[in-house]
Amino acid sequence: MPTSFFGWVAYILQHYGSLFVSGTIITLIVALTGTVFGFGIGLLVAIGRTTEPRDGAGLLKRGLNRFFHGLLGAYIEVFRGTPMIVQAMVIYYGAMQYLGLKLPNLAAAILIVSVNTGAYMAEIIRGGIISVDVGQTEAAHSIGMTHWQTMTSVVLPQAIRNIMPSIGNEFIVNIKDSSVLNVISVSELFFQSKSAAGTYFRYFEVFFITAIIYLILTYSITRLLRFIERRMDGPDNYTFLGSQTDSKSVIRVHKEAAAK
Amino acid sequence: MTEPIIRVEHLKKSFGDHEVLCDVNFEAQKGDVVCIIGASGSGKSTLLRCINLLEKPTSGLITYHGRDIQDGSVPLAEYHAKVGMVFQSFNLFHNMTALENCMIGQTKVLKRGRAQAEENAMLYLDKVGMGPFVKAKPRQLSGGQKQRVAIARALAMDPEMLLFDEPTSALDPEMVGEVLEVMRDLAKSGLTMLVVTHEMAFARDVASKVVFMDAGVIVEEDRPEAIFSQPRQPRTREFLARILSKGEEKSRPAS
Repeated sequence: MPTSFFGWVAYILQHYGSLFVSGTIITLIVALTGTVFGFGIGLLVAIGRTTEPRDGAGLLKRGLNRFFHGLLGAYIEVFRGTPMIVQAMVIYYGAMQYLGLKLPNLAAAILIVSVNTGAYMAEIIRGGIISVDVGQTEAAHSIGMTHWQTMTSVVLPQAIRNIMPSIGNEFIVNIKDSSVLNVISVSELFFQSKSAAGTYFRYFEVFFITAIIYLILTYSITRLLRFIERRMDGPDNYTFLGSQTDSKSVIRVHKEAAAK
Repeated sequence: MTEPIIRVEHLKKSFGDHEVLCDVNFEAQKGDVVCIIGASGSGKSTLLRCINLLEKPTSGLITYHGRDIQDGSVPLAEYHAKVGMVFQSFNLFHNMTALENCMIGQTKVLKRGRAQAEENAMLYLDKVGMGPFVKAKPRQLSGGQKQRVAIARALAMDPEMLLFDEPTSALDPEMVGEVLEVMRDLAKSGLTMLVVTHEMAFARDVASKVVFMDAGVIVEEDRPEAIFSQPRQPRTREFLARILSKGEEKSRPAS
Protein backbone atom coordinates (compact mmCIF):
# COMPACT_ATOMS: atom_id res chain seq x y z
CA MET A 1 0.00 0.00 0.00
CA PRO A 2 1.29 3.50 -0.80
CA THR A 3 2.30 5.70 2.13
CA SER A 4 2.52 9.22 0.68
CA PHE A 5 -0.21 11.47 -0.77
CA PHE A 6 1.19 11.29 -4.28
CA GLY A 7 1.72 7.60 -3.90
CA TRP A 8 -1.99 7.20 -3.22
CA VAL A 9 -2.93 9.44 -6.12
CA ALA A 10 -0.81 7.35 -8.48
CA TYR A 11 -2.18 4.11 -7.03
CA ILE A 12 -5.79 5.23 -7.38
CA LEU A 13 -5.27 6.45 -10.93
CA GLN A 14 -3.68 3.13 -11.81
CA HIS A 15 -6.45 1.01 -10.34
CA TYR A 16 -9.50 3.21 -10.86
CA GLY A 17 -8.47 5.25 -13.89
CA SER A 18 -11.23 3.68 -15.98
CA LEU A 19 -13.84 4.75 -13.41
CA PHE A 20 -12.72 8.38 -13.71
CA VAL A 21 -12.75 8.14 -17.50
CA SER A 22 -16.23 6.65 -17.70
CA GLY A 23 -17.51 9.11 -15.07
CA THR A 24 -16.05 12.04 -17.00
CA ILE A 25 -17.66 10.82 -20.22
CA ILE A 26 -21.09 10.49 -18.57
CA THR A 27 -20.73 13.93 -16.95
CA LEU A 28 -19.86 15.47 -20.30
CA ILE A 29 -22.73 13.71 -22.08
CA VAL A 30 -25.26 14.80 -19.45
CA ALA A 31 -23.96 18.39 -19.31
CA LEU A 32 -23.68 18.83 -23.07
CA THR A 33 -27.00 17.26 -24.09
CA GLY A 34 -28.71 18.89 -21.12
CA THR A 35 -27.41 22.30 -22.17
CA VAL A 36 -28.31 21.79 -25.83
CA PHE A 37 -31.83 20.49 -25.11
CA GLY A 38 -32.22 23.13 -22.41
CA PHE A 39 -31.31 25.77 -24.97
CA GLY A 40 -33.95 24.36 -27.34
CA ILE A 41 -36.59 24.36 -24.60
CA GLY A 42 -35.57 27.87 -23.53
CA LEU A 43 -35.81 29.12 -27.12
CA LEU A 44 -39.34 27.77 -27.55
CA VAL A 45 -40.48 29.08 -24.16
CA ALA A 46 -38.90 32.51 -24.75
CA ILE A 47 -40.50 32.86 -28.20
CA GLY A 48 -43.78 31.56 -26.76
CA ARG A 49 -43.67 34.27 -24.14
CA THR A 50 -43.21 37.00 -26.79
CA THR A 51 -46.38 36.00 -28.68
CA GLU A 52 -49.37 38.25 -28.33
CA PRO A 53 -52.92 37.77 -29.54
CA ARG A 54 -53.80 39.82 -32.63
CA ASP A 55 -55.70 43.03 -32.09
CA GLY A 56 -58.97 41.59 -33.32
CA ALA A 57 -58.65 38.29 -31.46
CA GLY A 58 -61.75 37.04 -29.68
CA LEU A 59 -62.19 36.33 -25.98
CA LEU A 60 -61.36 32.63 -26.36
CA LYS A 61 -58.06 33.29 -28.12
CA ARG A 62 -57.12 35.92 -25.56
CA GLY A 63 -57.98 33.52 -22.76
CA LEU A 64 -55.96 30.71 -24.33
CA ASN A 65 -53.01 33.05 -24.76
CA ARG A 66 -53.22 34.10 -21.12
CA PHE A 67 -53.42 30.47 -20.01
CA PHE A 68 -50.46 29.52 -22.23
CA HIS A 69 -48.36 32.38 -20.85
CA GLY A 70 -49.34 31.38 -17.30
CA LEU A 71 -48.22 27.81 -17.97
CA LEU A 72 -44.84 28.92 -19.30
CA GLY A 73 -44.40 31.29 -16.37
CA ALA A 74 -45.23 28.51 -13.91
CA TYR A 75 -42.69 26.17 -15.56
CA ILE A 76 -39.95 28.77 -15.12
CA GLU A 77 -40.89 29.52 -11.51
CA VAL A 78 -41.06 25.88 -10.46
CA PHE A 79 -37.81 24.74 -12.06
CA ARG A 80 -35.82 27.80 -11.09
CA GLY A 81 -37.30 27.82 -7.63
CA THR A 82 -36.46 24.27 -6.51
CA PRO A 83 -33.05 22.57 -6.23
CA MET A 84 -32.13 20.22 -9.05
CA ILE A 85 -31.34 17.49 -6.54
CA VAL A 86 -34.96 17.64 -5.34
CA GLN A 87 -36.28 17.74 -8.92
CA ALA A 88 -34.25 14.59 -9.61
CA MET A 89 -35.83 12.73 -6.68
CA VAL A 90 -39.37 13.89 -7.49
CA ILE A 91 -39.20 13.08 -11.20
CA TYR A 92 -37.27 9.81 -10.92
CA TYR A 93 -39.21 8.28 -8.02
CA GLY A 94 -42.48 9.94 -9.04
CA ALA A 95 -42.30 8.22 -12.43
CA MET A 96 -41.47 4.95 -10.74
CA GLN A 97 -44.14 4.98 -8.01
CA TYR A 98 -47.06 6.54 -9.82
CA LEU A 99 -46.47 5.80 -13.52
CA GLY A 100 -44.77 2.45 -13.00
CA LEU A 101 -41.98 3.79 -15.17
CA LYS A 102 -38.38 2.85 -14.43
CA LEU A 103 -36.50 5.55 -16.31
CA PRO A 104 -33.02 4.52 -17.48
CA ASN A 105 -30.64 6.51 -15.26
CA LEU A 106 -28.85 8.31 -18.06
CA ALA A 107 -32.11 9.26 -19.79
CA ALA A 108 -33.51 10.52 -16.49
CA ALA A 109 -30.35 12.55 -15.93
CA ILE A 110 -30.56 14.20 -19.35
CA LEU A 111 -34.28 14.90 -18.91
CA ILE A 112 -33.78 16.54 -15.52
CA VAL A 113 -30.81 18.67 -16.56
CA SER A 114 -32.64 19.72 -19.77
CA VAL A 115 -35.85 20.90 -18.13
CA ASN A 116 -33.91 22.57 -15.34
CA THR A 117 -31.60 24.37 -17.78
CA GLY A 118 -34.57 25.23 -20.02
CA ALA A 119 -36.12 27.31 -17.25
CA TYR A 120 -32.97 29.40 -16.90
CA MET A 121 -32.36 29.55 -20.65
CA ALA A 122 -35.89 30.86 -21.27
CA GLU A 123 -35.11 33.95 -19.23
CA ILE A 124 -31.60 34.31 -20.66
CA ILE A 125 -32.93 34.15 -24.22
CA ARG A 126 -35.77 36.55 -23.45
CA GLY A 127 -33.11 38.98 -22.25
CA GLY A 128 -31.14 38.39 -25.44
CA ILE A 129 -34.16 39.12 -27.64
CA ILE A 130 -34.86 42.33 -25.70
CA SER A 131 -31.20 43.36 -26.09
CA VAL A 132 -31.58 43.64 -29.87
CA ASP A 133 -32.77 47.15 -30.68
CA VAL A 134 -36.41 47.14 -31.76
CA GLY A 135 -35.46 49.49 -34.62
CA GLN A 136 -33.91 46.57 -36.48
CA THR A 137 -37.19 44.67 -36.22
CA GLU A 138 -39.02 47.70 -37.59
CA ALA A 139 -36.51 47.99 -40.43
CA ALA A 140 -36.99 44.30 -41.29
CA HIS A 141 -40.77 44.75 -41.32
CA SER A 142 -40.41 47.90 -43.42
CA ILE A 143 -38.77 45.91 -46.23
CA GLY A 144 -41.51 43.30 -46.04
CA MET A 145 -39.88 40.56 -43.97
CA THR A 146 -42.28 38.43 -41.92
CA HIS A 147 -42.06 38.09 -38.13
CA TRP A 148 -40.49 34.65 -38.56
CA GLN A 149 -37.91 35.84 -41.12
CA THR A 150 -37.06 38.79 -38.89
CA MET A 151 -36.55 36.51 -35.90
CA THR A 152 -34.40 33.92 -37.67
CA SER A 153 -32.32 36.26 -39.85
CA VAL A 154 -31.96 39.39 -37.73
CA VAL A 155 -32.97 39.11 -34.08
CA LEU A 156 -31.94 35.61 -32.95
CA PRO A 157 -28.43 35.60 -34.46
CA GLN A 158 -27.68 38.78 -32.51
CA ALA A 159 -29.56 37.68 -29.40
CA ILE A 160 -27.66 34.38 -29.28
CA ARG A 161 -24.33 36.15 -29.78
CA ASN A 162 -25.17 38.53 -26.93
CA ILE A 163 -26.06 35.71 -24.54
CA MET A 164 -23.10 33.43 -25.39
CA PRO A 165 -21.40 34.21 -22.05
CA SER A 166 -24.57 33.21 -20.20
CA ILE A 167 -24.95 30.04 -22.26
CA GLY A 168 -21.36 29.22 -21.34
CA ASN A 169 -22.22 29.79 -17.69
CA GLU A 170 -25.09 27.34 -17.94
CA PHE A 171 -22.87 24.73 -19.54
CA ILE A 172 -20.27 25.07 -16.78
CA VAL A 173 -22.93 24.99 -14.08
CA ASN A 174 -24.28 21.81 -15.65
CA ILE A 175 -20.87 20.12 -15.64
CA LYS A 176 -20.58 20.78 -11.92
CA ASP A 177 -24.19 20.40 -10.84
CA SER A 178 -24.78 17.15 -12.69
CA SER A 179 -22.90 15.73 -9.69
CA VAL A 180 -26.13 15.92 -7.67
CA LEU A 181 -27.58 13.25 -9.96
CA ASN A 182 -25.62 10.65 -7.98
CA VAL A 183 -28.78 10.55 -5.81
CA ILE A 184 -30.53 8.69 -8.62
CA SER A 185 -27.44 6.55 -9.29
CA VAL A 186 -26.30 8.16 -12.51
CA SER A 187 -22.74 6.96 -12.99
CA GLU A 188 -21.29 10.41 -13.57
CA LEU A 189 -17.95 11.62 -12.26
CA PHE A 190 -18.99 12.26 -8.64
CA PHE A 191 -20.79 8.91 -8.38
CA GLN A 192 -17.77 7.04 -9.77
CA SER A 193 -15.45 8.95 -7.45
CA LYS A 194 -17.51 7.87 -4.47
CA SER A 195 -17.20 4.25 -5.57
CA ALA A 196 -13.45 4.63 -6.02
CA ALA A 197 -13.05 6.31 -2.64
CA GLY A 198 -15.13 3.75 -0.77
CA THR A 199 -12.83 0.80 -1.36
CA TYR A 200 -9.78 2.12 0.51
CA PHE A 201 -11.44 5.05 2.33
CA ARG A 202 -9.03 7.47 0.58
CA TYR A 203 -11.59 10.30 0.18
CA PHE A 204 -9.12 13.15 0.07
CA GLU A 205 -6.90 11.70 -2.66
CA VAL A 206 -9.81 10.59 -4.81
CA PHE A 207 -11.69 13.85 -4.61
CA PHE A 208 -8.48 15.76 -5.19
CA ILE A 209 -8.28 13.98 -8.55
CA THR A 210 -11.98 14.60 -9.13
CA ALA A 211 -11.59 18.30 -8.47
CA ILE A 212 -8.73 18.52 -10.96
CA ILE A 213 -10.82 16.77 -13.63
CA TYR A 214 -13.77 19.14 -13.07
CA LEU A 215 -11.42 22.10 -13.28
CA ILE A 216 -9.85 20.88 -16.53
CA LEU A 217 -13.33 20.32 -18.02
CA THR A 218 -14.68 23.74 -17.09
CA TYR A 219 -11.52 25.60 -18.06
CA SER A 220 -11.33 23.94 -21.51
CA ILE A 221 -14.96 24.82 -22.09
CA THR A 222 -14.39 28.44 -21.10
CA ARG A 223 -11.60 28.67 -23.68
CA LEU A 224 -13.65 26.88 -26.33
CA LEU A 225 -16.60 29.23 -25.84
CA ARG A 226 -14.39 32.30 -26.09
CA PHE A 227 -13.06 30.93 -29.35
CA ILE A 228 -16.60 30.39 -30.67
CA GLU A 229 -17.57 33.94 -29.62
CA ARG A 230 -14.68 35.40 -31.54
CA ARG A 231 -15.63 33.33 -34.58
CA MET A 232 -19.19 34.67 -34.34
CA ASP A 233 -17.94 38.26 -34.15
CA GLY A 234 -16.05 37.90 -37.41
CA PRO A 235 -12.86 39.78 -38.17
CA ASP A 236 -12.22 43.17 -36.61
CA ASN A 237 -10.88 44.38 -39.90
CA TYR A 238 -12.59 44.58 -43.25
CA THR A 239 -11.59 44.93 -46.85
CA PHE A 240 -11.89 48.26 -48.57
CA LEU A 241 -12.40 47.78 -52.29
CA GLY A 242 -10.72 50.27 -54.62
CA SER A 243 -8.54 53.29 -53.87
CA GLN A 244 -8.48 56.80 -55.31
CA THR A 245 -5.93 55.84 -57.91
CA ASP A 246 -6.71 52.20 -58.61
CA SER A 247 -10.22 50.78 -58.59
CA LYS A 248 -8.89 47.21 -58.47
CA SER A 249 -6.83 47.63 -55.34
CA VAL A 250 -7.82 46.08 -52.03
CA ILE A 251 -7.07 47.77 -48.70
CA ARG A 252 -7.38 45.98 -45.36
CA VAL A 253 -8.78 48.33 -42.75
CA HIS A 254 -7.99 47.39 -39.16
CA LYS A 255 -10.14 48.03 -36.14
CA GLU A 256 -8.18 51.03 -34.91
CA ALA A 257 -8.40 52.75 -38.26
CA ALA A 258 -12.03 51.89 -38.92
CA ALA A 259 -14.62 54.48 -37.99
CA LYS A 260 -16.06 53.87 -34.57
CA MET B 1 -55.67 63.55 -62.40
CA THR B 2 -54.15 60.12 -61.82
CA GLU B 3 -54.64 58.10 -58.67
CA PRO B 4 -51.95 59.09 -56.12
CA ILE B 5 -49.52 56.45 -54.88
CA ILE B 6 -50.51 57.14 -51.29
CA ARG B 7 -53.70 58.79 -50.12
CA VAL B 8 -54.46 59.38 -46.44
CA GLU B 9 -58.02 60.22 -45.44
CA HIS B 10 -59.26 61.32 -42.00
CA LEU B 11 -56.33 59.61 -40.30
CA LYS B 12 -56.41 59.58 -36.51
CA LYS B 13 -53.91 58.07 -34.13
CA SER B 14 -54.03 58.15 -30.35
CA PHE B 15 -51.67 56.69 -27.81
CA GLY B 16 -53.96 56.18 -24.84
CA ASP B 17 -55.67 59.53 -24.20
CA HIS B 18 -53.09 61.42 -26.16
CA GLU B 19 -54.24 62.22 -29.69
CA VAL B 20 -51.15 62.52 -31.89
CA LEU B 21 -52.88 62.75 -35.25
CA CYS B 22 -56.33 64.26 -35.51
CA ASP B 23 -57.92 64.09 -38.93
CA VAL B 24 -54.99 64.18 -41.35
CA ASN B 25 -55.73 64.26 -45.07
CA PHE B 26 -52.89 63.97 -47.46
CA GLU B 27 -51.73 62.51 -50.74
CA ALA B 28 -48.51 61.89 -52.65
CA GLN B 29 -48.46 61.70 -56.44
CA LYS B 30 -45.88 59.88 -58.48
CA GLY B 31 -42.68 61.94 -58.65
CA ASP B 32 -43.58 64.16 -55.72
CA VAL B 33 -40.91 65.09 -53.21
CA VAL B 34 -42.93 66.06 -50.17
CA CYS B 35 -41.16 67.53 -47.16
CA ILE B 36 -43.05 67.46 -43.88
CA ILE B 37 -41.89 70.11 -41.43
CA GLY B 38 -43.07 71.09 -37.99
CA ALA B 39 -42.05 71.16 -34.35
CA SER B 40 -41.20 68.01 -32.38
CA GLY B 41 -44.34 66.26 -31.25
CA SER B 42 -46.46 67.66 -34.07
CA GLY B 43 -47.15 64.16 -35.43
CA LYS B 44 -44.84 64.13 -38.47
CA SER B 45 -43.08 60.89 -37.63
CA THR B 46 -46.29 59.23 -36.50
CA LEU B 47 -47.86 60.05 -39.87
CA LEU B 48 -44.94 58.38 -41.63
CA ARG B 49 -45.05 55.38 -39.30
CA CYS B 50 -48.76 54.97 -39.91
CA ILE B 51 -48.19 55.02 -43.66
CA ASN B 52 -45.54 52.32 -43.20
CA LEU B 53 -47.89 50.41 -40.85
CA LEU B 54 -45.36 50.46 -38.03
CA GLU B 55 -48.19 52.08 -36.10
CA LYS B 56 -51.76 50.97 -36.43
CA PRO B 57 -54.02 53.94 -37.16
CA THR B 58 -56.82 54.48 -34.64
CA SER B 59 -59.15 55.34 -37.50
CA GLY B 60 -59.04 56.61 -41.05
CA LEU B 61 -58.13 55.28 -44.45
CA ILE B 62 -54.74 54.85 -46.11
CA THR B 63 -54.76 53.71 -49.73
CA TYR B 64 -52.00 52.60 -52.05
CA HIS B 65 -53.00 53.15 -55.70
CA GLY B 66 -56.57 53.32 -54.48
CA ARG B 67 -56.41 50.06 -52.51
CA ASP B 68 -56.86 50.03 -48.73
CA ILE B 69 -53.64 48.86 -47.07
CA GLN B 70 -55.31 47.88 -43.80
CA ASP B 71 -58.02 45.48 -44.95
CA GLY B 72 -55.74 42.97 -46.62
CA SER B 73 -56.46 43.98 -50.22
CA VAL B 74 -52.76 44.73 -50.68
CA PRO B 75 -50.40 41.92 -49.63
CA LEU B 76 -48.25 43.42 -46.86
CA ALA B 77 -44.90 42.12 -48.14
CA GLU B 78 -45.62 43.61 -51.57
CA TYR B 79 -46.66 46.95 -50.08
CA HIS B 80 -43.57 47.13 -47.86
CA ALA B 81 -41.32 46.31 -50.80
CA LYS B 82 -42.92 49.11 -52.83
CA VAL B 83 -42.98 51.73 -50.09
CA GLY B 84 -39.64 51.71 -48.27
CA MET B 85 -38.52 53.52 -45.18
CA VAL B 86 -35.31 55.18 -43.99
CA PHE B 87 -35.06 55.68 -40.23
CA GLN B 88 -33.54 58.37 -38.06
CA SER B 89 -31.37 55.81 -36.27
CA PHE B 90 -30.43 53.88 -39.46
CA ASN B 91 -31.51 50.51 -38.02
CA LEU B 92 -29.05 48.51 -40.07
CA PHE B 93 -28.91 44.79 -39.31
CA HIS B 94 -25.83 44.55 -37.11
CA ASN B 95 -25.12 40.91 -37.82
CA MET B 96 -24.66 41.56 -41.55
CA THR B 97 -22.22 43.44 -43.76
CA ALA B 98 -23.30 46.49 -45.75
CA LEU B 99 -23.78 44.25 -48.79
CA GLU B 100 -25.81 41.64 -46.91
CA ASN B 101 -27.99 44.40 -45.47
CA CYS B 102 -28.90 45.35 -49.02
CA MET B 103 -29.46 41.75 -50.14
CA ILE B 104 -31.58 40.15 -47.43
CA GLY B 105 -34.84 41.85 -48.41
CA GLN B 106 -34.32 40.95 -52.04
CA THR B 107 -33.63 37.28 -51.36
CA LYS B 108 -36.20 36.78 -48.57
CA VAL B 109 -39.05 39.00 -49.72
CA LEU B 110 -38.63 39.39 -53.48
CA LYS B 111 -37.22 35.84 -53.79
CA ARG B 112 -34.41 36.99 -56.06
CA GLY B 113 -31.38 34.78 -56.65
CA ARG B 114 -28.20 35.65 -54.76
CA ALA B 115 -26.29 36.74 -57.86
CA GLN B 116 -29.04 39.09 -59.00
CA ALA B 117 -29.54 40.44 -55.48
CA GLU B 118 -25.83 41.09 -55.12
CA GLU B 119 -25.61 42.86 -58.46
CA ASN B 120 -28.57 45.06 -57.60
CA ALA B 121 -27.24 45.78 -54.10
CA MET B 122 -23.85 46.77 -55.55
CA LEU B 123 -25.54 49.10 -58.01
CA TYR B 124 -27.24 51.05 -55.25
CA LEU B 125 -24.31 50.93 -52.83
CA ASP B 126 -22.19 52.48 -55.59
CA LYS B 127 -24.91 55.04 -56.19
CA VAL B 128 -24.77 56.24 -52.57
CA GLY B 129 -20.97 56.18 -52.65
CA MET B 130 -20.61 53.17 -50.37
CA GLY B 131 -19.21 50.78 -52.99
CA PRO B 132 -15.82 50.45 -51.27
CA PHE B 133 -17.41 49.59 -47.91
CA VAL B 134 -19.59 46.64 -48.93
CA LYS B 135 -17.68 44.23 -46.70
CA ALA B 136 -17.82 46.41 -43.59
CA LYS B 137 -20.13 45.67 -40.67
CA PRO B 138 -22.33 48.53 -39.41
CA ARG B 139 -20.21 48.95 -36.25
CA GLN B 140 -17.25 49.81 -38.49
CA LEU B 141 -19.06 52.68 -40.25
CA SER B 142 -19.69 56.29 -39.33
CA GLY B 143 -23.23 57.62 -38.91
CA GLY B 144 -23.35 59.18 -42.36
CA GLN B 145 -22.03 56.00 -43.94
CA LYS B 146 -24.60 53.91 -42.08
CA GLN B 147 -27.41 56.12 -43.27
CA ARG B 148 -26.20 55.87 -46.87
CA VAL B 149 -26.18 52.06 -46.58
CA ALA B 150 -29.69 52.24 -45.12
CA ILE B 151 -30.81 54.27 -48.14
CA ALA B 152 -29.20 51.71 -50.46
CA ARG B 153 -30.99 48.93 -48.56
CA ALA B 154 -34.33 50.61 -49.18
CA LEU B 155 -33.49 51.34 -52.84
CA ALA B 156 -32.40 47.74 -53.47
CA MET B 157 -36.04 46.69 -53.12
CA ASP B 158 -36.77 48.83 -56.23
CA PRO B 159 -39.46 50.81 -54.41
CA GLU B 160 -41.96 53.19 -55.94
CA MET B 161 -41.66 55.51 -53.01
CA LEU B 162 -39.40 56.08 -50.03
CA LEU B 163 -40.33 57.46 -46.63
CA PHE B 164 -37.55 59.29 -44.76
CA ASP B 165 -38.07 59.76 -41.03
CA GLU B 166 -35.69 62.57 -39.99
CA PRO B 167 -32.79 60.90 -41.82
CA THR B 168 -30.16 63.41 -40.70
CA SER B 169 -31.30 64.18 -37.15
CA ALA B 170 -29.03 61.60 -35.51
CA LEU B 171 -25.94 62.64 -37.48
CA ASP B 172 -22.99 64.77 -36.51
CA PRO B 173 -23.22 68.12 -38.34
CA GLU B 174 -20.36 67.36 -40.71
CA MET B 175 -22.09 64.19 -41.91
CA VAL B 176 -25.46 65.75 -42.67
CA GLY B 177 -24.23 67.02 -46.03
CA GLU B 178 -23.23 63.64 -47.47
CA VAL B 179 -26.66 62.15 -46.74
CA LEU B 180 -28.56 65.17 -48.07
CA GLU B 181 -26.41 65.01 -51.20
CA VAL B 182 -27.57 61.43 -51.84
CA MET B 183 -31.18 62.46 -51.24
CA ARG B 184 -30.89 65.39 -53.66
CA ASP B 185 -29.66 62.98 -56.34
CA LEU B 186 -32.57 60.64 -55.66
CA ALA B 187 -35.04 63.49 -55.94
CA LYS B 188 -33.48 64.52 -59.25
CA SER B 189 -33.76 60.97 -60.56
CA GLY B 190 -37.53 61.21 -60.12
CA LEU B 191 -38.04 58.96 -57.09
CA THR B 192 -41.18 59.71 -55.11
CA MET B 193 -40.14 60.77 -51.63
CA LEU B 194 -41.84 61.70 -48.40
CA VAL B 195 -39.33 63.35 -46.08
CA VAL B 196 -39.82 64.37 -42.47
CA THR B 197 -37.03 66.85 -41.88
CA HIS B 198 -35.70 69.79 -39.93
CA GLU B 199 -33.41 70.76 -42.82
CA MET B 200 -35.22 73.83 -44.12
CA ALA B 201 -32.68 74.50 -46.88
CA PHE B 202 -33.22 71.00 -48.21
CA ALA B 203 -37.00 71.42 -48.11
CA ARG B 204 -36.76 74.78 -49.89
CA ASP B 205 -34.45 73.53 -52.66
CA VAL B 206 -35.62 70.00 -53.28
CA ALA B 207 -39.28 69.64 -52.31
CA SER B 208 -42.07 69.85 -54.83
CA LYS B 209 -44.45 70.33 -51.94
CA VAL B 210 -43.95 71.33 -48.32
CA VAL B 211 -46.38 70.26 -45.62
CA PHE B 212 -46.42 72.07 -42.28
CA MET B 213 -47.85 70.10 -39.37
CA ASP B 214 -48.73 71.32 -35.91
CA ALA B 215 -50.55 69.60 -33.04
CA GLY B 216 -51.58 66.59 -35.12
CA VAL B 217 -53.05 68.39 -38.10
CA ILE B 218 -51.74 69.62 -41.43
CA VAL B 219 -51.87 73.39 -41.05
CA GLU B 220 -50.67 74.33 -44.50
CA GLU B 221 -49.32 72.69 -47.62
CA ASP B 222 -47.98 74.41 -50.69
CA ARG B 223 -45.05 74.80 -53.05
CA PRO B 224 -41.85 75.53 -51.08
CA GLU B 225 -41.52 79.09 -52.46
CA ALA B 226 -44.99 79.90 -51.19
CA ILE B 227 -44.51 78.30 -47.75
CA PHE B 228 -41.14 79.88 -47.11
CA SER B 229 -41.78 83.37 -48.51
CA GLN B 230 -45.51 83.89 -47.99
CA PRO B 231 -46.89 81.47 -45.39
CA ARG B 232 -50.63 82.06 -45.08
CA GLN B 233 -51.17 80.65 -41.60
CA PRO B 234 -49.93 82.47 -38.52
CA ARG B 235 -48.77 79.17 -36.99
CA THR B 236 -46.56 78.49 -40.03
CA ARG B 237 -45.11 82.00 -39.85
CA GLU B 238 -44.36 81.59 -36.17
CA PHE B 239 -42.66 78.22 -36.66
CA LEU B 240 -40.56 79.40 -39.59
CA ALA B 241 -39.52 82.59 -37.82
CA ARG B 242 -38.41 80.57 -34.84
CA ILE B 243 -36.51 77.87 -36.71
CA LEU B 244 -34.91 80.15 -39.31
CA SER B 245 -33.59 82.59 -36.69
CA LYS B 246 -32.10 79.63 -34.82
CA GLY B 247 -30.40 78.53 -38.01
CA GLU B 248 -28.82 81.96 -38.43
CA GLU B 249 -27.52 81.88 -34.87
CA LYS B 250 -25.89 78.55 -35.57
CA SER B 251 -24.19 79.72 -38.76
CA ARG B 252 -22.92 82.91 -37.16
CA PRO B 253 -19.29 82.57 -36.11
CA ALA B 254 -18.79 82.36 -32.37
CA SER B 255 -17.45 85.61 -30.99
